[in-house]
Order: sequence, then structure tokens, then C-alpha cells
Amino acid sequence: MVSKICTGNYSAAYGSMRSRVRTVAAYPITPQTFIVEHISEFVNNGEMDCEYIEVESEHSAMSACVSASASGVRTFTATSSQGLALMHEILPIASGMRLPVVMAVVNRAIASPINIWVEHNDIMPERDSGWMQVFCDNNQEVLDMVLQAYRIAEDRRVSLPMTVCLDAFILSHTVEPVDLIEQADADRFVPRYKPTGPILDPDDVNAVGVFTPPDYVMECRWQTDKAMRSAVEVIGEVNAAFAKQFGRDHGGLIDPYMVDDADAVLITMGTASSTAHEVVDDMRAEGKKVGLVKLRFWRPYPMTEMRAIAEKVKAVGVFDRAVSFGVGGPSFIEFKSAVFGIDLPVLNFIGGLGGRDVSLADIRYMYDKLLDAAKTGEVRRDVTWVGTRGVSQ
Amino acid sequence: MKLKDLPDEELFTRGHTACAGCGAAIAVRNLMKVLGPNTMVVNPACCLLIFGATYPYLAWKVPFHHVAFENTAACATGMSRAMKVLGKDETLIMGIAGDGGTADIGIQALSGAAERNENMLYVMYDNEAYMNTGIQRSGSTPFGAWTTTTPVGKVKAGKSNFKKDMPLIMMAHNVPYVATASVGHIQDFIRKFEKAKSMKGFRYIQVFTPCPTGWRHDTAKTVEIAKLAVDTGMWTLYESENGKVTISKKPKMTPVAEYLKPQGRFRHMSEEDVKSLQDWVMKKWEADEKYAQCRQ
Ligand SMILES: Cc1ncc(C[n+]2csc(CCOP(=O)(O)OP(=O)(O)O)c2C)c(N)n1
Ligand SMILES: [Mg+2]
Repeated sequence: MVSKICTGNYSAAYGSMRSRVRTVAAYPITPQTFIVEHISEFVNNGEMDCEYIEVESEHSAMSACVSASASGVRTFTATSSQGLALMHEILPIASGMRLPVVMAVVNRAIASPINIWVEHNDIMPERDSGWMQVFCDNNQEVLDMVLQAYRIAEDRRVSLPMTVCLDAFILSHTVEPVDLIEQADADRFVPRYKPTGPILDPDDVNAVGVFTPPDYVMECRWQTDKAMRSAVEVIGEVNAAFAKQFGRDHGGLIDPYMVDDADAVLITMGTASSTAHEVVDDMRAEGKKVGLVKLRFWRPYPMTEMRAIAEKVKAVGVFDRAVSFGVGGPSFIEFKSAVFGIDLPVLNFIGGLGGRDVSLADIRYMYDKLLDAAKTGEVRRDVTWVGTRGVSQ
Repeated sequence: MKLKDLPDEELFTRGHTACAGCGAAIAVRNLMKVLGPNTMVVNPACCLLIFGATYPYLAWKVPFHHVAFENTAACATGMSRAMKVLGKDETLIMGIAGDGGTADIGIQALSGAAERNENMLYVMYDNEAYMNTGIQRSGSTPFGAWTTTTPVGKVKAGKSNFKKDMPLIMMAHNVPYVATASVGHIQDFIRKFEKAKSMKGFRYIQVFTPCPTGWRHDTAKTVEIAKLAVDTGMWTLYESENGKVTISKKPKMTPVAEYLKPQGRFRHMSEEDVKSLQDWVMKKWEADEKYAQCRQ
């Protein structure tokens, strides 16, 4: 085992190398830039046997990945924020063609105002793109999930693209000790790439992506929907296989902590989870029954798991680092839809936008409100903006 | 290769749904005969996609790929690099797009791929408007032409800008091969595709392909009109091979009015507008000739 101090960006780049990616097409954007720089170095040092395409935009990056993948080659890319928005048109094409492209997304605020710090509003418009999306909480998880992503995405039952999300700067630029998986171990975990569907091959004439009239499209959509539902099972299997081989269990769709006997739980995505974890420990020491649900997979969404939690606890809080304007946080909206018909207070907290710190005190404030709601069973205000000047403390 | 020596085998077969007299269909049928079966095709949104590849039918007898509208060169890049990885880089990767998909929305990806000297042949079939969406103007539409977005109105009629000089833009990228061709000069067309096929790196051919539906001309006159474009100087046939520019055919300098006459899209043009176009043609030819002289 080689443990090294490295950034989340290094983890992502390293993961793509260890997964034996053969084509990378990417374009730099803060805070993702180091990923493309690291990959360029791996390639130029002969450590990574890969065609690195220095495309002129993210739109072309995703286009080149789609076509390379459709030609039967394992591909990787990475982007963030504005770059992801520019790719938007091509994302559903990757999933519609059932191509297992893997992409690291360093979540950064979307303009305007232009800002380079963490926020999840960049990826929310991609919710319905047909991509699986996992949010990471530390740099080890970033590396491990890149490897897992290929196994999940390339599984015959799934055959869908996947993003591995990491919070801007908090992970992308912060160093942590990471077990840098060795090639032989990675090879045992990520099998050689075998395309699951028809590909573009000079020796076997196929067409990929033709114009399709109404007679046939519904069935394509149904198959993609089915694949996304099948992914639930595959994600569990891959996580178990990974835990068995590497001794690290990151959880499946969710990673619950102290939930079983909790009165109130908070749902978080990305690095706010670590902060909340600490608050749970502090408050448990004070005898307060609080728990945490780290929402790892945004797609497929843990419908069943969330219902089970709602049936167990007295109040649920959802922390969103994003907002659907005029309504509330996207994760909150999703949770409410998942637990439809189960009667309990569900509070939404919006915070940490544009890179604003989410402090221990912020999280404690959320838990205090949740414990109140658990006691009274009454909901006063659904959506609370946390740490917003002129609005809240 | 002579026209009569082209293989009988059709790699872009009958049964496609192009309009009668479609210049693009003539170009694709013939260029595929030259390029042969070891070719893979990327094709964006445009008429050709619809008339050649609407599920469950396919006119193409080679691997065919469509992704979106503006990314032909980027997709061809992905395919080309993938073939390199797989050790199949003897296969020719051809991106083929319309003038809109090339000169307008696709120019960024095209410029990027050219600058990187990606190993591909990029073909623009130039029917001088967005035909698939119903004849809207493009950067490649000539001055004066009626389109549905340059309609003949009471205060303005036809396109007020001149045609974008894409071949020149591509030559400025210093790629191995740039050529213009025409369905009116099929022998020259065959020679240029043969040459492109024999080379490596980034190659660009822009083919002049009249569109009877959009240009409002007799469906039997596609080839005749394509010839007139060359004779009048509206379309220069030339090529640039590793930077050396050669004029393929000198225009006769037939008055531009002869070219405009059989096409409904120019019918409304005033004498003054015809003169502006004639002046533009004279200047363009002069510039093309000088350019060829200084790139020897
Ligand atoms: C991003 C995007 N914008 C617009 C369109 C609509 N569209 C499809 S084909 C087309 C015009 C194609 O024109 P051209 O490239 O000249 O090919 P032609 O149809 O004339 O052969 C347009 C505007 C699209 N498919 N995608
Ligand atoms: Mg056109």
C-alpha cells in the first residue's frame, strides 16, 4: 500500500490512470485544471498509455469522449461549473447511446455572479441527463469511486455514464493521505474494457446515433430508465466487492451514521457530511439523539432507503448547497417526493453557496431546529437559508 | 481514377430520401466510391443525416455515427484517436457536414481539430443555407440570395452580407490538404478525393452542391448550375497541398447574371445588387489568383 498526501484532483487523475483509460479529452477550468495537468504529465512521462486530446472546449471534450467511447475505447474527462454547462447538450447523448464515459466534476458555483468556489448548482441541471452521479466526501473516496465508476458504468445491466463529484477546493485543492492503489490491484478490480453494445468498428458495420422517429424513441427511454434502476443493485455489488478487496466500505447509495435510534437526522451531500459527522459526535456526547445521512448517489436516487429512514425518525433536515429558485433545495424536493405519504417534519436548509463556509455552528443550528421539530412534530418554515446576511444568522 | 472506373458498388445506396436533383446526394454517392469501404463516417444534424440515416433505414454501407450539430470535427477526433488506440488507424475517418454545421456553429470544433492536425478528412457539402430546417441563411449563403430568414420584403430583400471564405480560413490553419470541389466537375472531384485519401493528418474538402429545393431551380439543372458557378467565378476550384496552392480551373468570367438567372433565390435582385455581386466576384478571383501565386 502506497499512502501519499495528495489533493482530490490528483486522486481523480490517478484513478483514471489506474483504470487504464485509453482516451482523455478535457479542457481546463478552475478548480478542475490540475486534473488535466496531472493526466498530461502521466501521459508525457509514459506512465499512462493514453491518447490525450487537448480539445478547444468542453463541448468538444464531451463530444470526443462520446465518439471514442462509441468506438469501443475507455474514456475519461473532467470539468466544473461553466465547463459542465457548455457540455450540457452532449451529456444526454452519452447516456442515450448507453456509453460508459466517466467524468470527474469539481462542483463550483455557476455564474452569475462569477465565482470559483464550491456550490452544487452546476450539476443540478444535469439531474435528468441520464448520468449516474456520486458525491464524494474525501480524497480517498474520489480515487476509489473513479475505479468503482468504471465497474458500475460498464456493467451490462447498466451501461450508463457516470460523474464522480468533488467539492471545489475543499477536496480539489486540499491534501489528505490517500492510499494510492497499485496497478496490479486496480487491474484485479477494474476488468479490461469490453463494450456492452454495438460499436463503431471498421470490421463490423454499425450505425450509432441515427435519426429516430416516434415509433422507436419511447422504448429507448424505457431502457435507459430501466438501466438507471438496475444501477441500484450494481452499485451495492460493486461497493461490496471493493470493500472486500480494499477494506474500505464507502456505503452504497447512502452512508448512514447514527440513524437507527435517532430522533432527528440531517441529509448532506459532499464535504458538508464530514462537518456534520463531527457535530453528530459532539451532540451525541451531550445525549442528543441526532444522526446523519450522507447522500452519496444523486442518481440513481435512494428512493427506498430514504423511505426507510423517514419511517424510523421523528424529523428530517435536508441540507442543500444548491437552490431551485422560488422552491427550495433540489435534494429537499427529491426527498419529499421519495417520502410522499409519510407524515413527518422535513426542514430544508440552504447554505454554503458560492463557497461560503458551512461551520460546525451552522450545522448545530440545523440540528437544534430539527430536535425542536421532532419534539413538537410541527413544521414552521420549510426552507431556511443559513448564514445569509440580512436573512438569517 | 476515371469516372468510368469508379466501382459499381454503392457505399451510399439508393433508397435514401433526398429531394430530386440533390447535389449533396450526388457528392456523397461519388465520394464514397472513391474513399471505399475502409471508411467511418461522422455526420451532424443536416439534410444528409435525415435522408441517409433515419431509423430503421440506413443508406450507408460503412460505420455511421451521428452525435449533434456543431461537433463533427470533435467527434471525428474521438473516433480517429480511438482507432489509433485500437491499432486500426488505416481506417479513414470522415466528418461530413453542411455549410451551417461547418462555417457557422461548427467552426470552433473544426478549427480546433485542424490546428491539432487530427488525422481525418473533413468534408463540407456547401448548399449555401440551412436546408434541413427550411432554407435559412448561413455564413456561406451568397450576397443577395433569398432565404426564409433573408426574405424579400418591402424595405430589405435577400442576404446583405457576402459569402464566408471557408477554404481560405482552412488554408490559414496550415493543414496538409485543403481543396474545393464541385459536383459539376466530377473528374476534378474524384482526383481531389483520391489525393485526400492518400494523405495523413487533417484534410478539408469543400464541395459545391446545388440544392434545387432551396435555390429554386429546375431539378435537372444541378450540374449545369454547379458548372456556371465555376465559369462565373462564384466558386473557385483550387487546392492547397502542404501549403502549395494550385488553381484547378480558371473561370471564364461569364457574367454573374448568367448564374443568377436560372435560380429563383436571386430573382428579386436589383441591377445594383447584381453589380455589387459582380464586383465581389472580380475581387475574389483576383485575390484567389494572387494567393495561389504567393503560395508556391
Ligand atoms: C445546437 C443546434 N442548433 C440548431 C439545430 C437545428 N438544425 C438542425 S440542422 C440545421 C441546419 C443545417 O444546415 P447545414 O449544416 O447547412 O446542412 P443542410 O441541412 O443545409 O444540408 C439546424 C439549424 C440543431 N440540431 N442543433
Ligand atoms: Mg446547408
